[in-house]
Amino acid sequence: MIVADLSPSALRARLAGAGLRFAAGPFAFRVQSPQRDLAEGIGRLYAAHPLRGDDDFIDFHVAILPGRNLRRFVRPQVRFVVDGLEPFKPLPADQAMPMLEWGLNWCIAGYANHLLMLHAAVLGRGDRAVVMPAPAGSGKSTLCAALALSGWDLLSDELALLDPATGLLHGLARPINLKNASISVIRRFAPEVEVCGPYLDTTKGTVALLRPPAGSVAAVARLRRPAWVVFPKYVADAPARLTPMAPAEALLALADNAFNYHIQGQHGFSALCALLDGAPAWRFEYGYLDEAIACFDELAGAVEQAA
Amino acid sequence: MRVLLLRALREPATAASLSLSQWDLLIRQARHANLLGHLHDLLHDMPSVPEVAQVHLLAGARLAERQQQSVRHEAQELASALNATGIRPVLLKGAAYVLADLNAARGRVFADVDLLVPHGQLAQAEAALMLAGWVSGETDAYNQRYYREWMHELPPMQHLQRGSVVDVHHTILPPTSRAHPDPAALVANARALADWPGLAVLSPADMVLHSATHLFHEGEGDNALRDLVDLRSLIAEFLAADPDFWHRLVEQAHRHNLCEVLALALRYLARVLGVAVPAAVTHALSPHAGNMLQRLLRDQMYKRIFTPLHSSTKDLLTPLAREALYIRAHWLRMPPKLLTQHLLRKAWMRVSDAGQPLQTDQP
Repeated sequence: MIVADLSPSALRARLAGAGLRFAAGPFAFRVQSPQRDLAEGIGRLYAAHPLRGDDDFIDFHVAILPGRNLRRFVRPQVRFVVDGLEPFKPLPADQAMPMLEWGLNWCIAGYANHLLMLHAAVLGRGDRAVVMPAPAGSGKSTLCAALALSGWDLLSDELALLDPATGLLHGLARPINLKNASISVIRRFAPEVEVCGPYLDTTKGTVALLRPPAGSVAAVARLRRPAWVVFPKYVADAPARLTPMAPAEALLALADNAFNYHIQGQHGFSALCALLDGAPAWRFEYGYLDEAIACFDELAGAVEQAA
Repeated sequence: MRVLLLRALREPATAASLSLSQWDLLIRQARHANLLGHLHDLLHDMPSVPEVAQVHLLAGARLAERQQQSVRHEAQELASALNATGIRPVLLKGAAYVLADLNAARGRVFADVDLLVPHGQLAQAEAALMLAGWVSGETDAYNQRYYREWMHELPPMQHLQRGSVVDVHHTILPPTSRAHPDPAALVANARALADWPGLAVLSPADMVLHSATHLFHEGEGDNALRDLVDLRSLIAEFLAADPDFWHRLVEQAHRHNLCEVLALALRYLARVLGVAVPAAVTHALSPHAGNMLQRLLRDQMYKRIFTPLHSSTKDLLTPLAREALYIRAHWLRMPPKLLTQHLLRKAWMRVSDAGQPLQTDQP
């Protein structure tokens, strides 16, 4: 069963009651919330995700609850609660859906220390994947969304999950977080896509959430071998251009973009070395999405031919 | 049983028959009790741990591994800062378990390094640490005075660059408290660490007594279960090396005036974790075990403290038990008049701080 198999009222009832249990890649979540717009958001964004049963193992038990006391009624707020803890300040109630997304990211980034976690988008092609680490503002999410809508499988828009023991990447296939100008860019790029939002005046500006393609969700259990590391940078009107990057430089840049490199210690260093042994690193400048996608397809094609 | 964690700690083999939803609850309880890494170690050889639960145990172990690496590094930095002025610090609690390579260190997470220096060297130690980059973050004059006059330690010092925190103790209980252990004897009995020049740890019996003292004078129950688990590991390891260890422990408790604390520790090690305490030991400590009413009240309180602080283990009396623990800790630390003044002062500080906004992380 997938989330879309539940009627809107059944979905709302689960969220308001014992919780909606569903999986995204290797993690299972239980979400509880009385917020109606959250139910609607989850129904649209997580439609293709598989449900989990009452007897299954759940990794993270979370809730989006109404603000305390007056904040339930006056300029209402919502709170993110994970198994009794409240790691964030409350947010305006109309940001319930982005708050859930940030909260789930927080759970994974904070607790999944069996994996090396990089702040990077990951997209798959067959058994291989490209890892795209980049700081905010580099156009990573926009490029990630465009690739995911052009035949690449979405693993994640901002959490690369590398298993240090196997060197393989786990996917999540969760909604893509689009910010500010990239919202209209993607809407123009693919007018038919399902987007929730925009949510105005969040701590990250205006954000919107893009539903992951159903094909990516269906293929999420497939573990991929990292084959390319690409550091993207959007430069207005620039022609798409890949420049090779020295492995040592790439290693430092990857470590810099990691959530828990400092916790992994030796395991993390070895995992990044192994990653770069198998995946050449590139800098990538682009000004137009179509050109960028052609460039990525060529990169993938070169390896497919060689193989 | 509702508290799956306690059963897993007592009888690890029973974890083999847990259902997936029970594993789910066990992982959450262990996470809230800071015992994921310990559980990873305890269930290490068990093939029947489901993969979905195993990864969380591994995540706990990784975090512990990393923190221990930092603690080793910090301890070396502290040693070189203090040794230069002729001070040989004695490591306490978690840092001691790690540097002495004791089983109690395996999978353990912690934040601060605690160390003991003789009272006469306290000012010198503080100056040496400040020169090496540790500063006291406590700016409130009352709190500074509280630590310096009434407590057994300096206000916590934090390293400017690394952010690590060290608590410098000159004895193991506040001078104002009712029991009076002998800090000079603790330092004289300390054991130098062969692998870590310039550092020492307490002798085995003193180490157990100090950890128990700390646990039963602690006003917050957040790590109480973890600390009880530490005591179990320490005693088991020291007993394996020295069959006469029980005797030595009781002897040192008498010497340091800590029989009451030891009696409490052994009572809850037996009741909560199923540790087999010889009848002769219990008997020897029985004059210090309190009367029946005291035992009854303490049992009701500690039953709610020695449990993971998780919604699945709470009952109506849990908040009261935590409040009682806080008051008890202060009662043991200070004579009544001083305690009254201190609590009133703290209450006032809390009220006058209430107007300030809370600082929490942004998502």
